[in-house]
Amino acid sequence: MVDITKRFVDVVANDKVSFSLQPNEICALLGENGAGKTTLMNILFGYYLADSGEIRIDGKVVRLGSPKDAIARGISMIHQHFTLVPSQSVLENVMIGVEGGFFLNKKAAKKRLLGIEEQFGLNLDPDAMVHTLTIGQQQKLEILKALYREAKILIMDEPTAVLAPIETKELFSTLRMLVERGRSVVFISHKLHEVMEISDRILILRGGKNVAERKKTETNVKELASLMVGREMLESLECKDSIAGSTVLQVKNLRVLNSKGLRAVDGLNLELREREIVGIAGVSGNGQTELSAALFGIRRSEGGSIRIGEREMPTGSPVAIIHAGMARIPEDRLTTGVCMDLSVMENLMLIEHCNRPYSKLGLINGRAIRAHALDLVRDFHIKTDGVDAPVKTLSGGNVQKVILARELAGKPKIIIACQPTRGLDVGAMEFVHQTILSQKERGAGVLLISDDLDEVLLLSDRVIALYEGRIMGEMCAGAFNRERIGLWMSGVAS
Amino acid sequence: MMSLSIVKGQPLSPAAKILLPLAAIVAALVIGALPIVLAGGNLIKAYSSLVYGSLGTRFNFLETCVKASPLILTGLAVAFAFRARFWNIGAEGQLFAGAIAATAVGVYGTWIPSFLVVPACIVAGFIAGGFWAVIPAILKTKLKVDDVVTTLLMNYVMIHIMGAMLYGPMQAVGSSWPRSEPIMDAAHYPALLPHSRLHLGFLLAIAMVLIIWFINSRTVFGYRSKCVGVNINAAHFSGINTGMTIMGTALISGGLAGLAGVGEVCAIHYHLLMDISPGYGYTGIVIAMLGNLHPLGVALSAFFFSCLSVGSQTMSRMAGIPVYIEGVIEGISLGVMLIALLFTEYRIRWTKT
Repeated sequence: MVDITKRFVDVVANDKVSFSLQPNEICALLGENGAGKTTLMNILFGYYLADSGEIRIDGKVVRLGSPKDAIARGISMIHQHFTLVPSQSVLENVMIGVEGGFFLNKKAAKKRLLGIEEQFGLNLDPDAMVHTLTIGQQQKLEILKALYREAKILIMDEPTAVLAPIETKELFSTLRMLVERGRSVVFISHKLHEVMEISDRILILRGGKNVAERKKTETNVKELASLMVGREMLESLECKDSIAGSTVLQVKNLRVLNSKGLRAVDGLNLELREREIVGIAGVSGNGQTELSAALFGIRRSEGGSIRIGEREMPTGSPVAIIHAGMARIPEDRLTTGVCMDLSVMENLMLIEHCNRPYSKLGLINGRAIRAHALDLVRDFHIKTDGVDAPVKTLSGGNVQKVILARELAGKPKIIIACQPTRGLDVGAMEFVHQTILSQKERGAGVLLISDDLDEVLLLSDRVIALYEGRIMGEMCAGAFNRERIGLWMSGVAS
Repeated sequence: MMSLSIVKGQPLSPAAKILLPLAAIVAALVIGALPIVLAGGNLIKAYSSLVYGSLGTRFNFLETCVKASPLILTGLAVAFAFRARFWNIGAEGQLFAGAIAATAVGVYGTWIPSFLVVPACIVAGFIAGGFWAVIPAILKTKLKVDDVVTTLLMNYVMIHIMGAMLYGPMQAVGSSWPRSEPIMDAAHYPALLPHSRLHLGFLLAIAMVLIIWFINSRTVFGYRSKCVGVNINAAHFSGINTGMTIMGTALISGGLAGLAGVGEVCAIHYHLLMDISPGYGYTGIVIAMLGNLHPLGVALSAFFFSCLSVGSQTMSRMAGIPVYIEGVIEGISLGVMLIALLFTEYRIRWTKT
């Protein structure tokens, strides 16, 4: 790919980016969110058409107008969100789109699939139904689909984001196998350790431009980090020692059902004290969403109790929770955290609009609200065209700052932060981390629920590993053992 | 070669939002010229007689105001509900409910002190219309029944209730038609100006525009109603009682439509009859959309529709074209407005390929 440029409205996603891939290699595309990695690969996969630049395969200039063109040339892309039909079998999923002719020939297809499985060491029962597969197996199926379409180049968009550590290891050995058998892999990621572990060559993008290219053998994590961010990044944020105070939140034997009526949180006990950060680590989908929803008061619990200070909280009542002084940072920032169509000011007032001085006798005090909003925008460094700009014009990081400002303005005793940095760029991430730490210093108890183990380990005083709605183990800062927490997260008691 | 694509753009400025409906109306009149010419009419004559017929004389202008009163109220009713994403397309039925209640007070409320009869009609009509809208709101919030379906179907229920009343207990003695006894004189809306039909209902409609504007922009309830409309999850998360907010919104929305029914009984017909509304409730939907759900926009677009309705009679007579052109222009203006609304968030871009 030479000098690829792609614009979206007024954002240049790729600015004269060049990229090459050799046979038998794993090349990593490294960059922050919004660096243009996925856009570049979507162009290679025919999803977008580049505004300028050209793509050459085996030396010949090609025009990839659709994913169909790309697949025909041996390029396959595996997205973060899988494109599988849950109610069909593995074999049927593989065959979709390449049935060949009018009549289905399942027998021949199965034979071919088994051949591919054997060749690449990917064991998956062709007759298994997809909805019974684990996430790791579903990813294998996506790889099989690509191989069945005779892919020579596999593009994997943040493939480890959804995997447990053990599954990641398995994926990496699969990728090595693919490369040995003559395939090439593009590995999109922003996780430095993984990039160093798996790739042969690393291409770093920043702000839509080529920044650098390194061979794995010639670089290290520190250099990659500073190339990616464009400045030296704090290896670990400074963590002032402090002594936790009295209990502010106590959860006893909490049981919560998920939206399908299955038990997602199963007898959970938890204690949060003043001046401490408790991290909840776990692979996504192990009850974090339901736990936070129950704590937020937006989901009724099936049993158990939640106490704030000395008071028992009714479940399913956001109002009671808010009055008790809990700040809540929801994981679904855009659907739960803010109203995208309302202005920054209106969003900042979402919780407090019914209290004095912001309203009196049902009438809104516009002046007080505006003054308060201006203060918050300044204190939290929210980048916006004024408080009347709709929140949907803000970047992801600034949307999160709006939520932080709103929730933390009342100096809460308890903060539940659910995936607080998901999808944010490194700068915004650091801001969120610093905010959480300063809240702890102020005396708040913080419950940090995150899929990002690095983040949990970086900030927490205590870490609890969650697996299928149950606590697998607990560890204190200073005694952190990554491997062991990883095992807990995958359901292995140790 | 050029290719066309629709891309997301910056939101429009407030000024552009105000100009948008006006642009839609102008565009509708331009496009509406085509059917007028096709019908063999003289374009200049047609439009000048349209303006003359609706605004040209004192009488015509006041008639347009009279006609605008129910349209403003049903337009407001729909706009207020839509703002909270309560899809009330049952303003017609709520209008009937208000009309029935006003008739009941106006005919049988002889024990009420005479200076209180008109206020009683207004309150009864508001409550009846509101009640009829709250039922679907309860079904929506408690049982998640789709509000588009229920509000629409409740119109037909109300038509049949009205039929049952007019062929039954409320039928005028000795009448074979489905019509009620006339309401007492004390229930008549007072006229505002001599030698015209302009009545209290017009003032009431204007007052409602201002009140709804105030509720929307200055009250906690209006703010909550908007929050529920743009993102019900975030509203619930923030401790807003979404169910009560939707029901309160429905009550006010239905009440406004009910007031339109009160006006038709107490100021135009003076008794209840089956065809008391030529579809004011449905026209209200179009008016609300054309007015971009803003109370002032609703008032202006209701006035525009009223001009079309009153002026098209004159246009038809003087330019010799069918009166149905009115409906054509109404339809075109809605279509143009819906397309124009697309540009509040999107832009069309030409790109070279």
